Amino acid sequence: MILDHDVVVLGAGLAGMRAGLEAARNGVNVAIVSKVHPVRSHSGAAQGGINAALGAGDSWEIHAFDTIKGSDYLADQDAVEVMTSEAPQDIIELEHMGVIFYRNDEGKLGTRAFGGASKARTYFVGDITGQALLYTLYDQTLKSGVKVYEEWFATALYMVDGACRGVVCIDMMTGELNLLRAKAVIIASGGMGRVYEPSTNALICTGDGIALAYRAGAPLMDMEMVQYHPTTLKGSGFLMTEAARGEGAYLLNRDGERFMQRYAPKMMELASRDVVSRAETIEIAEGRGIDGNVLLDLRHLGRDVIMSKLPQIHEIALDFLGIDMVTDPVPVRPGMHYIMGGVRTDTDGATPIPGLYAAGECACVSVHGGNRLGANSLLDTLVFGRRSGLASSAYVKTVAAIASGEEFLAAEQRRIAALMTRPYAGETHARLRLELGMLMDAKVGVYRDEAGLQEALAGVEQLKRRYQSVAVGDKSRVYNQALTFVLELGYMLDCAEATVHGAITRKESRGAQSRTDYPQRNDADWLKHVVLRYQDGQPPSIDYLPVTITKWPPQERTY
Amino acid sequence: MKWSIEVGRYDRSQNPSGPNVHGYPPPYEAAPAKRYQIFEVELDDQAMVLDGLIAIREYQDESLAVRCACRSAICGSCGMWINGKANLACTTKLREVAQDGKVRVESPPSMPVIRDLVSDMTPFWKKNLSVRPWLEGKKPVPQGLEEYRVPNAAMENLIQEVSCISCGLCLMDCESFAINPDFLGPAALAKAYRYADDPRDATVKQRLGDYSQANGIWECTHCYMCVDRCPKGVAPLDQILKLRRMAVDAGFTNNAGTRHALAFAESVRDSGRLNELTLLPKSVGLFNIPAQLRALPTALNMLRAGKMPPIIHHKIPGVDRIKNIFKKVGGLFK
Ligand SMILES: Cc1cc2nc3c(=O)[nH]c(=O)nc-3n(C[C@H](O)[C@H](O)[C@H](O)COP(=O)(O)OP(=O)(O)OC[C@H]3O[C@@H](n4cnc5c(N)ncnc54)[C@H](O)[C@@H]3O)c2cc1C
Ligand code: SF4
Ligand code: SF4
Ligand code: FES
Repeated sequence: MILDHDVVVLGAGLAGMRAGLEAARNGVNVAIVSKVHPVRSHSGAAQGGINAALGAGDSWEIHAFDTIKGSDYLADQDAVEVMTSEAPQDIIELEHMGVIFYRNDEGKLGTRAFGGASKARTYFVGDITGQALLYTLYDQTLKSGVKVYEEWFATALYMVDGACRGVVCIDMMTGELNLLRAKAVIIASGGMGRVYEPSTNALICTGDGIALAYRAGAPLMDMEMVQYHPTTLKGSGFLMTEAARGEGAYLLNRDGERFMQRYAPKMMELASRDVVSRAETIEIAEGRGIDGNVLLDLRHLGRDVIMSKLPQIHEIALDFLGIDMVTDPVPVRPGMHYIMGGVRTDTDGATPIPGLYAAGECACVSVHGGNRLGANSLLDTLVFGRRSGLASSAYVKTVAAIASGEEFLAAEQRRIAALMTRPYAGETHARLRLELGMLMDAKVGVYRDEAGLQEALAGVEQLKRRYQSVAVGDKSRVYNQALTFVLELGYMLDCAEATVHGAITRKESRGAQSRTDYPQRNDADWLKHVVLRYQDGQPPSIDYLPVTITKWPPQERTY
Repeated sequence: MKWSIEVGRYDRSQNPSGPNVHGYPPPYEAAPAKRYQIFEVELDDQAMVLDGLIAIREYQDESLAVRCACRSAICGSCGMWINGKANLACTTKLREVAQDGKVRVESPPSMPVIRDLVSDMTPFWKKNLSVRPWLEGKKPVPQGLEEYRVPNAAMENLIQEVSCISCGLCLMDCESFAINPDFLGPAALAKAYRYADDPRDATVKQRLGDYSQANGIWECTHCYMCVDRCPKGVAPLDQILKLRRMAVDAGFTNNAGTRHALAFAESVRDSGRLNELTLLPKSVGLFNIPAQLRALPTALNMLRAGKMPPIIHHKIPGVDRIKNIFKKVGGLFK
């Protein structure tokens, strides 16, 4: 089946729904497609909050500076200016849409402190901020009547003469492949957390849209910048929100010492994430951890604060470790959490490919540079979701109706059919996924070096070869998850390869990229973005883009 | 540890026309092709049911269909029947539900099935949509960088519902839904409360009127299942009771549900006990003969079982003290 829309948004997380709403407001025919029901999207997991310089004594310039310093000066400052200066309006708009933000005594929006921020500028709803935002946007999407294709899984972008004109998707309910033909496509497919094992990300965060755009010719940028969050739960890797430290929690080593005083005497536990994750890794490596973990101590906050402001992590620690954080500290370690890199876009979400836009975690504008500040990512999804919705709806008015596509759809149907009938040859998607995740965590994690990265590269290349013989262990048409897992694994391998190439290329330490063989930041040679382009059957081509500096020349970074 | 997981298997594509396919309303017990299959998995004693299902899917049978994403009661994907009770697979420990190391999982009979443990949630989403689940902001909308000024308590009051993850557990086991598929159900009505008690909403009165209609707030039988099943403490019944109070206060009393409640209260106030003979006519309306006739089979059954209420309704001794209680409580029944 071929269905026509002006704009198709791939992804129904915060970025996707915000983009869809904005495009609809501008009078174009929009559809949103998502492999899970919109409210199941990973945005719902964001606990802590969303940043904006809205309070007295704060300004977007201070927010911008914190963001740029947090990024280790790799963020493009024009983009950061756009994000931080438009943030207050976007937060207020969310409030008008119905988000039940926390209020202060005057009934105005109230804030909490977050890592790497010099002012308390994080707006929140308990510790379910992402969920509250996601549901409000979903409710608004229902109100707007925008068409949502739920449980449709994207398998390919439809390209015509170098421009993007649609997406082919499997309707999970029937197994049918359909082409959603469009004049513009906005990729808002989220991150690629599952490329790492463990990760705080949901099982659905597999980098699909990043890989689809990459294969279609869109350049990826700063893929080596993978954020490890300092407080992920022992074993399962679930996130213990930064809001815990924002509310005053301590990090302790095995001697009960608040070790951050040796690494970031001013900001202590609230230093930037890369800084805290490195400190923990050193503590653990030097034998001051407990069983590969350090302790997150909330006991002094008291039951009331914990239960009213942090109920969700209290529940998770209790469910998964049997630990009640009111009475006991919780073992945590750094764990893969977020990617700063992604599909390169301008501040309107446009990629260099006509008709192709990207927004949210899958995009790299770049506002996060080498390290994202907590609560800046939700903001990124909203600001650039909105802007890409607006820009694409203006763009589609310049494009004539798309007529073709039958052949492309037929070819894609043949490709999937061939995959379905591939005989079993000993490889399963599950085993390869696990091997990939362990490899990436071990070799492309908090600390990296040339030897380890070369091993990772060889490992990923080998996994890619083995992937060619993975079979689909389910032959049904209806809700065939084995098929989508195999497709996801393909996307993950592309993302992993790009990440490793980026990490090998950048011969310095900046933000999340800490190379023990190049321990210093090197502004003379590396104050630039690493840009990767896909080449069939070969390593990606690599070139560079300068970092845009407006008001804030690079300085040394201390917390 | 070895666990034995018995899974209810089903594939819609193999059953193109059974009642389970497009079938609605429930019940779907007659599903033609559900079969049970036992898998053995090796997992530690902290393992969740979902860990077991993932282990099966990854290493034994890739065709096992189960929705899951967050693995921590956030995304709401993994609602299913576990030993005959609606529950989340990702936060239910095997050791807490297994008997002799065995546990049974299946899609609940109250929902249509797509495949194995993947239910068709369409009824759930339709109900959600029908309560107008979005803010109709009061006009004028504050200008510039101004928010609606409301007390924090009014926002915190709504967090309970905003914690809802749309897992559908409440609806799956709701007793009114089992009888009346058109009942809006616990989650949708909790959402209805969330917007009806938002001080920023301009359409509260209209909402209360809508929710008081047939299949709305008065259709719930207080079975408490939703409160018991909800993994997020949403307590939908509590939200429904709040809506009822708001609706009665706003004057929406001309419906069977309110009349039933009023008749119930009046009878207790005036006689200290329930007059079952007058309850029905008072609820559906004295001259609503068809509705009273519809209840005739029930009445006849009661008669047969020796449960017919006495024709002459006696007051209990000390009924004055009950009247005093009503006076103290105040409200409509003083
Ligand atoms: C545990 C956790 C806590 C966090 N807390 C915070 C916080 O407090 N503050 C903050 O600012 N940030 C936080 N973040 C980061 C932030 O939540 C994410 O970066 C952000 O929500 C990403 O939103 P998104 O819209 O880009 O993508 P997502 O919400 O991940 O949505 C992606 C969408 O794409 C769809 N999709 C993907 N692939 C396909 C495909 N092949 N076919 C069809 N559809 C597809 C999915 O179905 C989904 O709808 C947190 C992240 C995690 C993991
Ligand atoms: S209390 Fe009411 S809404 Fe809740 S499960 Fe029972 S009948 Fe349904
Ligand atoms: S109210 Fe509770 S049980 Fe019902 S859908 Fe929401 S979270 Fe699930
Ligand atoms: S997997 Fe998300 S709620 Fe169970």
